[in-house]
Amino acid sequence: MTGSNKEDLAGKGEIKNTRLSRRTIFKMGLVTGVAVPMSALGQPPARMRPQPGDQLVFEEGPNQDALVRPELLSLEQRPVSAMARDPSTGVLRDGSRLNRVMITRINTEKMSQRYQSNAADGVIAYSAVCTHTGCDVINWDEGRLRMACPCHESQFDIYDGGKVVGGPAPRPLAMLPLELVEGIVTVAAEFRGRVGFTQQF
Amino acid sequence: MFNRITTSIVFLLCSGFLGAQSLPPYNPVTAERLLNPEESNWLMYRGSYDSHGFSTLEQINRDNVKGLVPVWSFSTGLREGHQAPPIVNDGYMYVSTPQNHILAINARTGDLIWRYIRYLPDDLQQFHPTNRGVALFEDRVYLATVDAYLVSLDALTGEVIWEVAVEDYYNGYYMTMAPLVADGKVMVGVSGGELGIRGFVAAYDAMSGEQAWKTFTIPAPGEPGSESWPGDTWKTGGVPVWLTGSFDPELNLAYWGTGNGGPWMGDTRPGDNLYSSSVIALDVTTGELKNHHQYHWNDSWDWDEVSAPLLIDFERDGNTVNGMVHPGRNGYLWFLEREADAINFVDANPYVYQDVFTSIDAVTGRPEYDMSKKPGTGYEASFCPSLWGGKDWPPAAFNPESRLLFIPANDNVCSTMVGEEIQYSPGRSYIGRGTSENGGFFVRPGTNHVGELQAWNVDTGERVWTTTFESQNWGPVLATAGDLIFMGGTNDRYFCAFDADTGEILWQQRTNSGITGVPVTYTLDGKQYVAVQSGWGVDAQREQNLLNMAKGEQHYVPQGGVIWVFALPD
Repeated sequence: MTGSNKEDLAGKGEIKNTRLSRRTIFKMGLVTGVAVPMSALGQPPARMRPQPGDQLVFEEGPNQDALVRPELLSLEQRPVSAMARDPSTGVLRDGSRLNRVMITRINTEKMSQRYQSNAADGVIAYSAVCTHTGCDVINWDEGRLRMACPCHESQFDIYDGGKVVGGPAPRPLAMLPLELVEGIVTVAAEFRGRVGFTQQF
Repeated sequence: MFNRITTSIVFLLCSGFLGAQSLPPYNPVTAERLLNPEESNWLMYRGSYDSHGFSTLEQINRDNVKGLVPVWSFSTGLREGHQAPPIVNDGYMYVSTPQNHILAINARTGDLIWRYIRYLPDDLQQFHPTNRGVALFEDRVYLATVDAYLVSLDALTGEVIWEVAVEDYYNGYYMTMAPLVADGKVMVGVSGGELGIRGFVAAYDAMSGEQAWKTFTIPAPGEPGSESWPGDTWKTGGVPVWLTGSFDPELNLAYWGTGNGGPWMGDTRPGDNLYSSSVIALDVTTGELKNHHQYHWNDSWDWDEVSAPLLIDFERDGNTVNGMVHPGRNGYLWFLEREADAINFVDANPYVYQDVFTSIDAVTGRPEYDMSKKPGTGYEASFCPSLWGGKDWPPAAFNPESRLLFIPANDNVCSTMVGEEIQYSPGRSYIGRGTSENGGFFVRPGTNHVGELQAWNVDTGERVWTTTFESQNWGPVLATAGDLIFMGGTNDRYFCAFDADTGEILWQQRTNSGITGVPVTYTLDGKQYVAVQSGWGVDAQREQNLLNMAKGEQHYVPQGGVIWVFALPD
């Protein structure tokens, strides 16, 4: 998983002398996939993806650090970034950029039917990380209501489940299902779809 | 050792079986060989330390190039920008790809010897998914990775000998350049100018991996030039170095091009912002910044000047100038003089339409601007050339025999930009560019082409010929003594040979994808070959998207990398 590589850099500048035996190299050559780092198995809460029951918190803008409530977002406004917070522990899940979502508010009736249940009183959340090469999807095409990536111009339809409508992205943005709990926008389920880019091998 | 398995896999699919049977013993790449590279090989990014991109081979020439045919090809299995030159050493070919694979190939047969695959972290963001080549030294191969590591591998087996974290990718640092090896050191620079980094060049002992020195491209408070950065802007001011430097062994200086400051709008960092958009000369033994020349100050156009200058001695007023030549992203062709303690301005003139500079100081080379063409925070401005400049990263080439410099240029395309306020957050986009109509990109009305291949006589400073292409041109250039230029770069997927005296296309081969790879040439058993990667992506594709929007077209360039090798029939 993601965090382990970040942890590897704790020894930044350290040289890893890794001259391996020829036999070991051959063994590695027989491996058909990439090994999963052991440290990923015990993930700190701040790195965990948004969990059902988490509340969303604005990460930027005039409401920075405030809980997300529908009335704080205007219809079809430029998406802003948000993070999930565990209400029981207060832990903000900001330990990985893969946890970041972009939120806005839509007219739910205009949305593709299959995704309507993912909205909380019109508030929707998509992964902020482009499925092409992992850049933050921070641009906004106001005229066509598309989220856009500044790196390679991929565009995503906010009314159709983050479907790719331009550029090189191979997959839709992962969508984070939301629900309204006592007026607070809350995570209803884990991400629908894989977050981030997929390395080719 | 276990850690290693999590970060890379080496496939020795053929080693000891197919590949090694027809391979000679590996010929170590000594310091002497790098100083005087034999014409039969292509040992470094531009073939030689002076960055000429020139080969003395002439077996393939303007009279017979029409007969050139593919000998073998090799699919990399990867998408995006395949920009690296195949590096060739006596039958061994090393090709790096996007996603930081290295393919070691038997250059005679096209058989794979080994393949290095780097496991990249899931939370990595790749603004520029590419790699521009490996470096060779002794029995090692060196790779600068997109997650900001420098890796040393055994050239014969692909075994990782050491790797070192150059910086923290999580804070926006990454690397795409081919390392430069000199003085027993491996030198690399960092990308991340759009992510709030502080640029630098660092050198590592080639054998041990110990860091020898690290020189920032932005001075800290109290250092010379620091007065050109207000407040804390120096900490996150960008100025990356993402292309391989040139090296002058006599002066023991490496010349590196630097990127623009960040965020993009100059009014966020009032001042000249040294050493942004400059050439800097670093002592390769100590890393000391000996001198510099800033092409333009307080950039607001995203005009990185990261292409290293070509080290060319040229004539001016009857004298020979120990010089450097740089086709700038700012659209001017710069002639400079290099000395041990100074870089002197000689002259500069536009080589594409440029509407920003109003004058160039005849002594210092400092440009003055039409400020209406300089975008700022809340101020939208249009300017030419576009943010990709008259020439972006694809390297120019120089034929010292004909005295011609060959520039892969883009003309007649312009940008519109407006700045918006932005806050720094580690590893997040720190560009500060707002939204402009049509993606902030347009074609000059009344023009009929974008791409160009230009030839300039460096002694007269005059343009000799220009070949134009309707498409944009993202093709690195190879010049040969066979009076030929090899280049792809256009969206029609062709790889072409041009007559070096006229610019006429003499031969072309349509390939799988668009070519943004650096072409090379070499010999095996006395026979000349030309090799290049075809694999469109990154900014060539970005510009295609914007051209499609500007022209109302849907031109499609397929992606996917293939190494092509050409030769004349026996």
